Formats: sequence, structure tokens, C-alpha cells
Amino acid sequence: MGVYQYDSTDIPKTERISKLVEHLYKKMPEIESARAILLTESYRQTEAEPMVIRRAKAFAHILENIPIIIRDYELIVGSSTIAPRGCQTYPEFSYKWLEEEFDTVAGRSADPFYISRTTAKELKEVNRYWEGKTTSELATSYMEQETLRAMKHNLFTPGNYFYNGIGHITVKYDEVLQIGLEGIREKAQKELEAMEVSDGNYQQKSRLLQAMIISLDAVIGYAGRYAKLAKEMADKCRDRVRKQELMQIAKNCENVPAKRAGSFYEACQSFWFIQQLIQLESSGHSISPGRFDQYMYPFYKADLEKGSLTREFAQELLDCIWVKLNDLNKCRDAVSAEGFAGYSLFQNLIVGGQNKEGEDVTNDLSFMCIQSSKHVFLPQPSLSIRVWNKSPHELLLKAADLTRTGIGLPAYYNDEVIIPSMMNRGISLEEARNYDIIGCVEPQCAGKTDGWHDAAFFNMVRPLELVFSRGMEGGEQVGVKTMDVTTMKSFEQFFEAYREQMEYAIKLLVNANNSIDVAHAKRCPLPFLSCLVDDCMKRGKSVQEGGAVYNFTGPQGFGVANIADSLYTIKKLVFEEKKISMAELKEALSMNYGKGLTKEDIANLAIQVTSEMAQNGRKVSDRDISGVLSSILRISESREVKENGERILAMIEELPKYGNDNIEVDKLAREGAYVYTKTVEKFKNPRGGMFQAGLYPVSANVPLGGQAGATPDGRLAHTPVADGVSPSAGKDVLGPTAAANSVARLDHFIASNGTLYNQKFHPSALEGMQGLENFVSLIRTYFDLKGSHMQFNVVSRETLLDAQKNPDNYKHLVVRVAGYSALFTTLSKNLQDDIIRRTEQGF
Amino acid sequence: MEDYLNTKGRIFDIQRYSIHDGKGIRTIVFLKGCVLRCRWCCNPESQEYEIQQMTMNGKTKTVGYDITVREVMEQVLKDRAYYRRSGGGLTLSGGESLCQPEFATALLRAAKENGISTAMESMGCAKWEVIEGLLPYLDQYLLDMKHMNAIKHKEFTGRENTLMVENAKKIAASGQTELSIRIPVIPGFNDTVEEIVEIAKFSKKLGNVARMHLLPYHRLGQDKYEGLGRPYLMGDVSPPDAQHMELLLAVAKRESGLDCQIGG
Repeated sequence: MGVYQYDSTDIPKTERISKLVEHLYKKMPEIESARAILLTESYRQTEAEPMVIRRAKAFAHILENIPIIIRDYELIVGSSTIAPRGCQTYPEFSYKWLEEEFDTVAGRSADPFYISRTTAKELKEVNRYWEGKTTSELATSYMEQETLRAMKHNLFTPGNYFYNGIGHITVKYDEVLQIGLEGIREKAQKELEAMEVSDGNYQQKSRLLQAMIISLDAVIGYAGRYAKLAKEMADKCRDRVRKQELMQIAKNCENVPAKRAGSFYEACQSFWFIQQLIQLESSGHSISPGRFDQYMYPFYKADLEKGSLTREFAQELLDCIWVKLNDLNKCRDAVSAEGFAGYSLFQNLIVGGQNKEGEDVTNDLSFMCIQSSKHVFLPQPSLSIRVWNKSPHELLLKAADLTRTGIGLPAYYNDEVIIPSMMNRGISLEEARNYDIIGCVEPQCAGKTDGWHDAAFFNMVRPLELVFSRGMEGGEQVGVKTMDVTTMKSFEQFFEAYREQMEYAIKLLVNANNSIDVAHAKRCPLPFLSCLVDDCMKRGKSVQEGGAVYNFTGPQGFGVANIADSLYTIKKLVFEEKKISMAELKEALSMNYGKGLTKEDIANLAIQVTSEMAQNGRKVSDRDISGVLSSILRISESREVKENGERILAMIEELPKYGNDNIEVDKLAREGAYVYTKTVEKFKNPRGGMFQAGLYPVSANVPLGGQAGATPDGRLAHTPVADGVSPSAGKDVLGPTAAANSVARLDHFIASNGTLYNQKFHPSALEGMQGLENFVSLIRTYFDLKGSHMQFNVVSRETLLDAQKNPDNYKHLVVRVAGYSALFTTLSKNLQDDIIRRTEQGF
Repeated sequence: MEDYLNTKGRIFDIQRYSIHDGKGIRTIVFLKGCVLRCRWCCNPESQEYEIQQMTMNGKTKTVGYDITVREVMEQVLKDRAYYRRSGGGLTLSGGESLCQPEFATALLRAAKENGISTAMESMGCAKWEVIEGLLPYLDQYLLDMKHMNAIKHKEFTGRENTLMVENAKKIAASGQTELSIRIPVIPGFNDTVEEIVEIAKFSKKLGNVARMHLLPYHRLGQDKYEGLGRPYLMGDVSPPDAQHMELLLAVAKRESGLDCQIGG
């Protein structure tokens, strides 16, 4: 690889890193009660005080008393739990779901946690205090009835912030490294001293500044506890090497984060305390380190030049941070855990890209960060690469080399789309050039933004369903009473009805989000976080109250592919070719194309029918209901319904689908996506900012697809909806370039909360230098075509086994054997087995 | 538009994102019809010029359709942005593209006139005039060289190699295209060290050869024979193992002095 401008050569992984990782994954993660107990203790004593002061005092009480630990082999210290990968609870946001899951949380399939009987008892005890005091309860009280009804019917789910902290932010790590928390404390102090007690905003601002000072002192004190512990351990330690290490740790923790980092090592430790403690203050996830290679580089460079640091030790320190990022954890409710599967905290760390002046600022640390992900081989951090026309080729090769390990990292982001898309939201050119990524795919101007990214999951296929039922579902008017589909004369009429349903659902989504937003401002302002975000100090408002320079709310829609393909079915089969009538299609959908209905489906249909009867003035008796139930069951299983379903599905199957470079279908995808993105951006949030749409699902497309009925694209009821802006699984049959062309036809500039495009590859397609080169060309080209984000699943043996069982989902999966490429699912069982064996062996 | 864009030909597939046949990301157009009948052929549906029915995974599909150069180019041009980034382009494969000389030439010409690079996988089994006519439009010739012994060649492919050997010399001498020699390594046919040495020596003597590719035999085509109702003549022959391929690669490098690789 390149040896000219950058030192991109591999650095070997040390034994310590393997041991740290091994230790981290020995046991199932555990729930601990210390934080909840301390929080409640403090809250009980501060009931008469302003909320922001109460928050600061509770934070301080936690940091003074929570048990601390330095794990074996650690060089970077600071753990929020005694158990590795453990989690604390945050009852101030919500707690009922956890109590309900005390008995099941250890046995659930998505992200299980162990909880001891003692802990469960302790939590139950303190949770009683929180009845009626949570953000979740306050948010509910702000929501309109129709909003709650829409949520009950799964039109959208704002679960993330409804039950948890907000998170989704990058703070001013650079400022902490440069001036230390003492420097920041000084700024708060000055701001406070400059105020007159008679100032109009004195009450709010002075209390916030006081709360900030309490929080900063608490964090400095917490680091001091680690310094003391390290010293004590060093005194007892017999191993000379480890003793030395502990002494160094003690020295680091005495110095940072209080003071300016005096070395690269101190900068690493300082960074870590901030990263850890923001997450102990609130349960918000996606606390993203952002442009780590940029703010750490001056310290790295200075130490290298001084000769006080080797490249190898710097790499080991980075690796240690990477391990620590996996030590933090969060227990979510069972449903959310499926939506965010994989214990993920989405701490997005991005390397490469340009600076404020538009110069490429890739540096040696950018390469070393990629190296760390290869060494540690764990899901955190969510590593990202900024790509633009001046990105060095060797950075992309190094990144591609990580991609082909199959770890699913890094994600690639396109500066050429993201920068203008942010400027379109009122962010200056300089600030936009300095963007980083939050969580999954959400661009943000670091240290200045409260983006409220990930504000809700909006399932775009649900309003489509409501078009067929005129907004009725289970006997309730959930959506708009749009035109009866069977009387529609044109595709335009259908599209208009879809738009109406969407606009109504989005309005309710905004109502839900803003209710939650206000609840957080009132009940959970975060003074420590607010110290680290501009312009909270000057404005005298916490982040939650609108203290940040930029304020957004970004709810994400998904199912673009299903919408495109569904609209195309209706346009082609119903209106243009007239092969089926709208009535036939409606019937087929309600009968799930004759593929069977669940008990709930049948019950819902029955309620629907009987409530229509009631509306028409008929009295409905219990006998009527049971009669309707049994006749729906009979009809749904009749030969006629099955044959009709088969016939219609076969016609749909023949139609071109989104993801195959078909301009007509892709245009519908673009229009369908616009209905979401252009509607969302019309709304404002309580922090004085605007809504902006994203198009990505995290992993919610699976559980939320489970709550949606059959759709006109041939998708059966309760099956997953398409992920992000990707084509429906298995429908892109012309290979990666055709699929990428389709996806790039969407307007990625307007979905400024991010789009997510996932491609699947077999490792063999990335084999050798030639494989890497072509892979990089593919990414570059998708970005030339103005796609915004791309990530890759290099398939594992498990995927191939699944493809053998469910070939329909993997029609596009290309494998390479002995120098030739072939579609995996078209091969014979024996050959497939052979390829599976090869995958096991690596390439 | 020029008339040659209306030239019709017969193909059986267009495959995008092909990354193993020529430089960069390419679109392969598979022309139907071949002069040889290689026993190991992995695309048996390519051999007959006639349109056929083939049954795969329980579904019968028609193999082969007629198409104009203009229509092919519409498909090929869809990935122009990828060619630009990767140095890729159009690759003709088959079958033997030279069996449809006018069509093959027109396709290559259309690509060049659109600024797209061209490659062709071919055995060189046609009259020299045909090859000579398309060389001005061909950037990369991926020429199959299966065996140096005419009799054995005939036994396994149905024809002697005389014409192909002569054409190989002329193509090399022309200097008009970048020439790669490709050897399908088939157990029981040409997988001994001696046989590979012969081909390597020949490649060296040709001069003007950019590189050699050793393509290990594979069984990916087996199911298609069944689908066409034909027996699979290779029986249970296993693909050459990796170790043997490495040995042949070393031999090929030593004897030819050329850049050699396993796979395309």
C-alpha cells in the first residue's frame, strides 16, 4: 500500500488487546442498580430546587459514590459498571418496561441481560419513587388522542426518546483536550459573574451555569477517584510492569480531564472520561466521537516529534479505547432491542475528509483508527470514512481491506452530497465541511447541534395500507377518509390519496416528537452535556431547552422500495394495462394474497366489517361477530382466494422492480420518498429548529414490517419492509451497479438526516488487489452519482446457509469460485455446500 | 445515427459488474454460437447458434435472443460512470464472438465511438480477415490457448488448433491490441507441467503478450447440461487443487517470463 504521504503500514496487535477483548466477552452483560439508587437518593433531597440543579446534584452524587473499577490490563480507565459490558438504569426516563421484563430480559433473543434477584429488588424499590415523574409519562400527557391512536396502530414509533435519553450528539472533545474542564468551568464562572440578578433570563441562566459548575467539578472528582484507586492498586501490585502502568494511570487521572491534555496518552484518557460520563448522565445513545482523527492528531504529532511516543504504543492506546467503547452498554425494552439489535450504542467515529477550508485532512491516525477496528474486531465504534474527490486512494484501500473481513465496517459517506445538504439547512460552508456522523448515518455540525436524529421510525407502507381502507383499521378511523380506491379513475388519484394519508400521519408524528421534546426539556435537562455544546452557556439554556446553535428533529422513514414497487404495480397493472381491478387488488391484499391470515388479522377484519355494519345503521350482535369471523376465515382459506392471490402475485413478480436501473420505477421511488422528505421538512420543533427527514431503518424494518399487512409490491403481511433506501431483499437481480444506479436516482440531498444503502457481497468479490480496486471504484462511482452513504455486508457462512434455505431472499447474491462469478442460488446443492465450506476457510 | 448500430446479432446474456474478465468493472455481452465443443465448457447454452430451451431449478427458459447493437449499447452505457472510475468497459464473450463477425465488430466499434474500452474473450477460431477487421476497435484480446498438440486439441474440443495458433501469431504481430493468453486448466487434458510448459513457451515466443491467466476447471456449468438434456462428459473430474495450480503458475512464470496469474 501507499508509502508516500501517509504511514499506512500495518501495526501488529498486542497481547493485551486480545486479553481485554476476551475478558469483556466472558459473561452475559449484567444490569446494575447503583446509579438508579444514587439518583433517587439525591432526587429525594432536592425536591424544592430547580430541575437543572437537581439534575446536576444527582449527577454529582452518582459520580461521588458509584463503585469504580480498573480492569486487568487496562491502560485507559473508567467503567460505568463493575461487570464488563454491564449497564445502569435510568428510571427518570422510564422504568415500567424493565420491571415487566425482570423475568424475561435474560432469556430474550435480542440483546439479553442478566439481572440478579437483589438488583431486581433494589430497582423495584427505587422505581416506586418515579411513578408519575418520568419524561415518558409527561410526554404522553402532551400527546393528542389521535397521536396515541396512530401509535397504537403502529403508523410510527417514537420509542427511542419516549423511553430513553436523547443522546445523538458529538460534543466539543477538542475543547476539553485543549483547555480541560477547568478551562470550561472558568468560562461558566465568567458568564455567571457577568450577570445581574435583575437580568430577564437570570433565573434560568444562572441556575444552568451553577448546575454546569457542579457537574464539571463532579467529573473532575470522579477522575480523582480513579487516580486514587490506581495509586492504591499500584502500591499493592507485585508485577513491576503493571505497577508502572498503574502509576501512569494515576498520573493521567490526576491531570485530565481537569487540565489540558499534556500528552497523547492523556488525551486518550481525557477523551474517554468525557465519552463515558456523557452516557452516565443520560441514557441517550449514539454519543458519537466524531472526527477523532482530527482532534487527537495534534497530540499524536507533538509526542512523535518529541520522541515521547512510538507509533506502536499509540496504536495500542487507540485499541484500548476501541475496547472501552464496547464496555459501555444499554438495556432497551424488548421491542426496541429488536429495532437496535446487537447491543449497539452507535458511537460513530469518523476519519478522513476535508477541513473547514476544503483541504483533505486525512492523517496517519485516520489509518490507525481503521487498524484498530481490525485489531479489536468488535462492533464499536461504528467506524465511518468520509469520502470525497480528494480522498487519498490508499485510505479507501485500507478501508476496503477492513470491509472484506466481513465485520460490516466501515460505512462510507459522501462529502460531495452531505456538505451541500447541510448548507441547505442553513449551516455555513465552513461548518458543513467539518461535519461528522451521528449514530447510523446522520450528519451533524459537531459541538453545536442538538440533532434529535433517530426521532422516530416511520413505516412508509402503513399509510399506503390505509389508502385501501380509507383510513379505517380495526374499527377506528386511524388515517384520513380518502377516496374509495375502487372508484379511482387514475393513478394520480391514488397517489394523491397516499399523499393525504402520509401528510396526516406525519403531522401526528410531529405531535408525538414535540411532546417528547418538551418533556425532556422540563424533566431531564442535562447540565454536563450542555457544558460541551455551543451555545448553551451564552444562551443560558440547556441542550434540551434549545441551547444548541443548531436544532433539528430527524425522524426516519423506511420502505422506499416497497412504496416504489407498490406504486408501480398500481400504475401498470391497474391503470395502464388494466390486468387487474382495484377491487381485486384490495381483496388480494386483505387476504394476504391467499397466503393465510393470522388470528389478529382476522379479528381486525371482523371488527372492520362489523363496525361498517354498525355505521350503516345495523345493530351488531355477538352472533353477527362470530358469523363474520368464521366467514372471513373460510374465505381466506378458499381455493378462489388462493388462486387469485397466486395469479396476481405472478403478475407482480413479472414487473420490473426498484433496484434494477429501471427509470420508470426509480422515478416512483423518488416521488414516493419526496412525499415523506418534503412533508417532514415543513415542521418546527420546540427548540426553535426544523424537522429534517432521514431514510434509514436501523434494524426496525424487520419488527415494524411484522406489524404491516400485505402490500401491492407482492410483499406478504408481517414480513420485513425494505431496509433504508436499499431495494427489497432479493429484488435487485442485475448486480451492484444497476442497484446503485437506482438508489442514486433518489434525492439524497433533501434527506439531510441521512440515507442508508446496504449492499451484500461474498468475500471473493473483494479478493486480491484487483478486488479491492474494483470495490473502491464501485463506491466512488455511487458517490459520483450523488449517493450519500454506502455500507457493505460481506456475507458469512451463516448467510449462505440461510440463502440455501430461503433462495428467494438471495437471488442477487454473487459468489466467486475458482475465478468465476455465479449467482449463488442458481447453483446445485453440492456446489453451494462447497462454497459454504470455502467461506468457512476465509476466501 | 449510423447504420452499423442497427446490426443485429444473437446473444444469450448481458452481465453487469463483471470484474474478472478484463480491467475494472465491465459489462459482458455473451454472444451465442461457437465453433468448438469443449467438453468442459461451462456455458453449454452458448454453443448452438439456434435459440434453445433450458430448464434450471424447475423453470424452463428460452436461451438466446436477437438484438441490435444499439439496444446492447443502451445496456452497456448504463454503467459508463463505473467504467470511468475503474478503467472498465465492454467485454465480448460467448460462445465465440467471431462466429458473428459483423455484429461483434459493430459492437466493439460502437463502444469505442462512445469512448468505452473494449475486451474480447475468444479462441481466435475464425478467418484472419475477420479478426483483422475488428482489431482496430479492440483494446484487450483475452485469447484462449488450450493445448499445443493438435490431435489432443481435436479430441477434447472437436477441432485442431492449427488455425488458432496461426491467428495468435498474427494478433501478436499486429501490435494493435493488448494480448493476454488464457489457459483453462483441465484435469486429464492439459494439467500436466509439460503441457503448461508448452503453452508458456509458445506465449513467450509470440512476443507482445501482456500476461497469462491460468483458469482452473470448475463445475459451475454441470447443471446446465442437464437443463439442456445433454450428458456432462466431464463425469466426476474434480477441479485442480490449489497446490497444483500454484505449481503450474510457477512453471508458467518461469517458462514464459511473463506476468502470470490464477483466475481472470
